[in-house]
Amino acid sequence: MAEIRVDNLVKRFGAFMAVRDTSFTVENGDFFCLLGPSGCGKTTTLRMVAGLELPSSGSIQLDGEDVTFKRARERDIAMVFQLFALYPHMNVRKNISFPLVSMGVPRDETRRRVEEAARVLRIEHLLDKSISGLSGGDRQRVALGRAIVREPKAFMMDEPLGALDAEFRHLMCGELRALHDRLKATTVYVTHDQLEAMSMADKIAVMNDGVIEQLGSPQEIYDRPNSMFVGDFIGSPAMNFIHFDGAAIAGSTSVSIDAACVTLPELRESHAPGPLALGVRPEQIVIGDPGRQGSALPGEIFGTEYLGTTQIVTVATPRGKLKARLPAHLPVAAGDRVSLSFRPERLSLFDAATGKAIRSALHEASTTRRTHG
Amino acid sequence: MSGALSTAHSVVAPSGRVKLLAGTIVVLYALVAIVPLLWIGLTSIKTPPDSISYPPKVVPFLHFEPSIEGYCNLFNTRSRQTADYLASLPPANSACEEITRSRSMVVVGPSNYVPRFVNSLIIAFGSTLLSVGLGTCAAYAFSRFKVPLKDDLLFFILSTRMMPPIAVAIPIFLMYRELGLSDTRLGMILLYTSVNVSLAVWLLKGFIDEIPREYEEAAMIDGYTRLQAFRKVVLPQATTGIVATAIFCLIFAWNEYAFAVLLTSGTAQTAPPFIPIIIGEGGQDWPAVAAGTTLFLIPILVFTVLLRKHLLRGITFGAVRK
Repeated sequence: MAEIRVDNLVKRFGAFMAVRDTSFTVENGDFFCLLGPSGCGKTTTLRMVAGLELPSSGSIQLDGEDVTFKRARERDIAMVFQLFALYPHMNVRKNISFPLVSMGVPRDETRRRVEEAARVLRIEHLLDKSISGLSGGDRQRVALGRAIVREPKAFMMDEPLGALDAEFRHLMCGELRALHDRLKATTVYVTHDQLEAMSMADKIAVMNDGVIEQLGSPQEIYDRPNSMFVGDFIGSPAMNFIHFDGAAIAGSTSVSIDAACVTLPELRESHAPGPLALGVRPEQIVIGDPGRQGSALPGEIFGTEYLGTTQIVTVATPRGKLKARLPAHLPVAAGDRVSLSFRPERLSLFDAATGKAIRSALHEASTTRRTHG
Repeated sequence: MSGALSTAHSVVAPSGRVKLLAGTIVVLYALVAIVPLLWIGLTSIKTPPDSISYPPKVVPFLHFEPSIEGYCNLFNTRSRQTADYLASLPPANSACEEITRSRSMVVVGPSNYVPRFVNSLIIAFGSTLLSVGLGTCAAYAFSRFKVPLKDDLLFFILSTRMMPPIAVAIPIFLMYRELGLSDTRLGMILLYTSVNVSLAVWLLKGFIDEIPREYEEAAMIDGYTRLQAFRKVVLPQATTGIVATAIFCLIFAWNEYAFAVLLTSGTAQTAPPFIPIIIGEGGQDWPAVAAGTTLFLIPILVFTVLLRKHLLRGITFGAVRK
């Protein structure tokens, strides 16, 4: 098991910059997610760490050793591919033992380790089956088996759940995390699905356009987005942005939008008057009767989506449509006139021109709550 | 889909009339293709007079008595003798000898058919092996690596097939004479390989393109070199394509006539130019020609039937795509 250190990594494909000056460190035993939309450079970054692409510049260290230009087979890394890449001409046992054969592991030990890996993944009964007859989930387990059987320094996973259907993906999320907790192996996991990343990762790096926009625990990323991109990408529904013209003054605890005064965490940074955006998570919106004191915006219910315990209510306001997550029992119907106010603790303020967050007390919250051990 | 009702209501399944029409066309085509072969087979078991009789004799045992004379004449050379000499000989010790004597001839030795046939085997299989071997490596490189001027090179390879090969017959003839490759097996193997390798590269590139790179990448991460990954992962996946390509290459090299006539005359002569020569020995010996042709068909038939399984299996999608 090892620490992975990536410094100033750059990858160019001709004139196209796939990865720009990316640095991050994956601590020993961490489950690290590279999260971003397609084409953001996350898979390219992973492939460079795995040794399948050579970087244009920068360095990669694995367990303190510089492996930037080493071949994939010299890095002692295992990888799980999105489409599993199981060899169809071999059965499950041969697939899992394939890496061991290259290492020259004796036959008895190979057998023992393959069976051990199969036991961990509960696929012992499939060992002598052919790959083509397996379901997507079983193929996934076999691919994981082929990765863990080697006991490598680190695991690379390139959207390993992307080919599974939604129900199974959820199940495998749990299994993957449980497997990680058991093996304590350093893992780099690439996904475009923020729910997967949020539910499994210790650390998430949100990538966009070749750069890491933000790196932090899932809670940090969710509660304190560094940019409008992160706020928008993380969370479902996404963060609402209320665009307005105004100024931010360091030390103030409110901004004025139209006639209303919105309280937010104390600002630590000033911003000259200009276009700003208030970032509001759907669950930070409170709906009240129209004309209520202290409300930020008037609105009209546009539509509701019932989700069981909560409902997503779309409210049309003079500043655009906002999505609010409200208790399911709250009686709202399309056409109702309401007033909106926001819970102040975790509101974010952004420079709408650059998309960057304006620093506030929110970003100083030092307690990093972790749900995963 | 079973029963007339469901078929009649299906939008995609062909209707009964379409099936009947398609079946009729297939059967007609098969007849057109098979009748000449059947005729050759029948001729090979006729006597020379039966083979040219009019009206033609079609059904063995009913219209004519089958005879092995064609095969005897194919494998033996004969010489005409006087009746006195024939009468002085001891009794014939083989069926062929007896048939030959009934035509006032004696068997003087084996014909060149067997050595020519062996030449054909060596040259056709040799050039097929070489074409497919080179083609697989080239196709893999074109499929996976950044080759400078890749598209131009591929077009150049294809362009060698755009002219009729015989157009370059004279330059090749002169070149081969200078290089001492005329009438050698090696020369013929190289020639057929140069014609087939372009086909092999193009066919195999298509097959290898279909094999996801992730297979090799997975193997290379798991500690294998690229060459090992190629051998253990890519080649088994490309079997279908390799087999199909091999069959095409073999059929071309096996049947090739024009260059064989031009460039071989003795030691390296293949069966195709030899078979028509048989006819010149002692009248028009159609049964011997037919016998040579019939035997000549067998290896390619066996090869194709043996590898049919791979041909029909198609591309295995296996574990990567569902």
